[in-house]
Amino acid sequence: MKDALDQVKVVEFGGYAAGPCIGKYLANFGAKVVHVESAQHPDGFRLQYPPFKDGEVGVNRSGCFAFFNDSKYGVTLNLKHPQGVKLARRLVEWADVVIENMRPGAIERLGLGYEKLREHNSDLIMLSTSNMGQTGPHAAHPGFGSQLSSLAGFTHLTGEPGGPPHLLYGPYIDFIAVAYGGIAVLAALDHRRRTGEGAFIDLSQYEAGLQFISSALLNYSAGDVIANRAGNRDTAAAPHGCYPCQDAQWCAISCWDDEEWLRFCRAAEKQEWIMDARFDTLAGRKNNERELNEMIADWTRDQHAASLMRHLQSCGVHAAAVNTMRDLFSDPQISWRKIWQVREHSELGRHHYRVVSYQLSETPGSIQQSAPCLGQDNEQVFLEWLGLPRTEYQELQEQGVFS
Amino acid sequence: MKLLKPYRVLDLTGPLGFLTGRILADLGADVIKIEPPGGDPSRRLPPLAGPESLYWLAYNANKRSVTLDISGDEGRGLFLKLLATSDFVIESFQPGTLETLGLSYDALSKEQPALILVSITPFGEQGPYRDFQASDLEIMAASGAMSLAGERGGEPMRITVPQAPMWAGAEAAMGALTALAYRGVTGRGQHVDVSAQAAVISALAHAPAFWDLNRVNPERDGIYVTGRNVNGAKMRAFWQCRDGWINFIIYGGAAGRHTNQQLVGWMDEKAMAPEWLKQIDWSTFDVTTTTQGFVDEIEAPIAEFFSTLTKQQFLDGVLHRQMLGYPVSTVEDISNDRQLAARYFWQDVPCPGLDSTLKYPGGFAIINGERLRIRRPAPRVGEHNHEVFVEELGLSAFEIEDSQLVSA
Repeated sequence: MKDALDQVKVVEFGGYAAGPCIGKYLANFGAKVVHVESAQHPDGFRLQYPPFKDGEVGVNRSGCFAFFNDSKYGVTLNLKHPQGVKLARRLVEWADVVIENMRPGAIERLGLGYEKLREHNSDLIMLSTSNMGQTGPHAAHPGFGSQLSSLAGFTHLTGEPGGPPHLLYGPYIDFIAVAYGGIAVLAALDHRRRTGEGAFIDLSQYEAGLQFISSALLNYSAGDVIANRAGNRDTAAAPHGCYPCQDAQWCAISCWDDEEWLRFCRAAEKQEWIMDARFDTLAGRKNNERELNEMIADWTRDQHAASLMRHLQSCGVHAAAVNTMRDLFSDPQISWRKIWQVREHSELGRHHYRVVSYQLSETPGSIQQSAPCLGQDNEQVFLEWLGLPRTEYQELQEQGVFS
Repeated sequence: MKLLKPYRVLDLTGPLGFLTGRILADLGADVIKIEPPGGDPSRRLPPLAGPESLYWLAYNANKRSVTLDISGDEGRGLFLKLLATSDFVIESFQPGTLETLGLSYDALSKEQPALILVSITPFGEQGPYRDFQASDLEIMAASGAMSLAGERGGEPMRITVPQAPMWAGAEAAMGALTALAYRGVTGRGQHVDVSAQAAVISALAHAPAFWDLNRVNPERDGIYVTGRNVNGAKMRAFWQCRDGWINFIIYGGAAGRHTNQQLVGWMDEKAMAPEWLKQIDWSTFDVTTTTQGFVDEIEAPIAEFFSTLTKQQFLDGVLHRQMLGYPVSTVEDISNDRQLAARYFWQDVPCPGLDSTLKYPGGFAIINGERLRIRRPAPRVGEHNHEVFVEELGLSAFEIEDSQLVSA
């Protein structure tokens, strides 16, 4: 067995990030994952969001789609066509797992709801991941993860106190739900291996996201404490922030006790900081945090962020350069872990794909192949894997079933 | 629905790894937190309620606790006895610590070849940064996340409630269960090596693809959404309302069209839609090619309208009109959310240390109609010493009570 998930077969309905990114992680560890789209309704990431290769829009030119769909097989099925639905059901019979992230109710309307599918596939594992879950008064509300990240409190907790909330770039919460969705699917697969029973998993991205702020939610329950954004400050450490360096770079630095503060002062060769009694204790540094931060910034301003990081680390001080997206591609630790892997894509050329954060000693994950072009694997999946006779395949093709 | 019922997990983690065991425990595994005699020092991590760390309580619910000093021969012996009955070990020590304790993966897997060892560290078990010290702040910085949050050109921002341990802990659970799939077929365990830095990269969505494909380096820009318009126009995401903030963005496409039409209709009902705004044909409005001037023009009356609403009124409006957008909620808003209540999300869990119950966010999913539950509160230090060592491992009560190794 070459890969951990060699024997796992997955079919995905839906698009964007919250569903497909789960399949991508499973595919990196060997699962056979079929991503179902249609020519009329390709995955929304193919056309709706930049970046596109050289800024030119095209169904096979999206970096966004590629990022969440490598290592999979791409097929097109017209699910408005009865034969298309029939083939989708055959795909489900072939599969162990169905992952879908349509608006609640949509997959049922297509005739591919869990109750329908399990008639032919009694041990099916199906994950429905949606904004707010399959049930409840707000279940059908359409929403994007970038805004759901506000409903779930994350943007309220980002920024300076007194200032506005800040964006977290993209659909932050979707990727929390991706991890929980993957976990639930893998646990259900193990349960099925032992018991023969399938499972239906109703995952609300909202509820999954709230797991990441549980301590703040408990604090409200315990004493009506409302957690607010506090810039980069932390009650238990000072200094604790990002400091400007040369070339618009920044370095994060934190000191968690008085000893570490002394190590920091020595690393900076600043006897006068050690002599300043205001900074002797955490309480003192917190009380004078603005002066402290300005003083440190004056020292870091002309330094190279990555060199500063290495210097402070060698002196036993918490520090890390703030990587930008560009920097992530040259970070030595990320390179060492082979997080980025280059594959050739017919329209994007040779470009980078990302491997997830966990590595397995016996069966390491990797980018198995570049992201599929629209409908690229129709023949392999329907002819070879499902065993559809070629004449039937061609007939269905003429009827527009694969469009 | 205890999907992982047959499995036992020994949880040696500090705060960077608490979540992994919590997740496996939520799924029904028997997770035993192993604390040093005297208790885990992170039982004092903020936020605190009285003597209790709410961080500790949040992420150690559903686990049992034993105390055991694994640094000496006798303690290690007892640990290996426990190991013989276990399927997973989770740890978040500095790389190399387990080796020093004589409990390296090689040593452990010799004892228990089916063992899945999960190691969670800031940067990973190997590589040039493996010995670097990193708290949440440094991990968020090194992952790239902070470069995308904050004012343009200003200090990069982290999320005030630490997130790096969450990303690392959740993805570690996914790694552990990937290894379990392999073990299910082959009977062999393996070592799962999790980097928190790499885990947070998951949170960046497709931002790295801009650099990869087109050598564009995405940047933070405060309350604005960038990168969606060929003229460099940016759209506002946060708007002040009567009691806080609203997240609303002018989108294009079918979803944007519906939302924009609905919003103008809503504004018109309140006599707050200027005539020219009502004349805009949203079906031809293209967010990717519009100009900053036009965006600013549209946004001005919208800002005025939003300033008359409360967060709840905005939420009720978007739900009723099927529009995109949500208020920026606080933990108080979240605690009062109708959808979460309707799905029985919250669970009252007794908290012995506080002589009261805490309202916990419930399990993360509903499986076969059943919500994952908190079946037991976070344990007291060594609460299950007798249960685990005497009743289950068959040691004599005398051995346990007399031993300094396991004193609570």
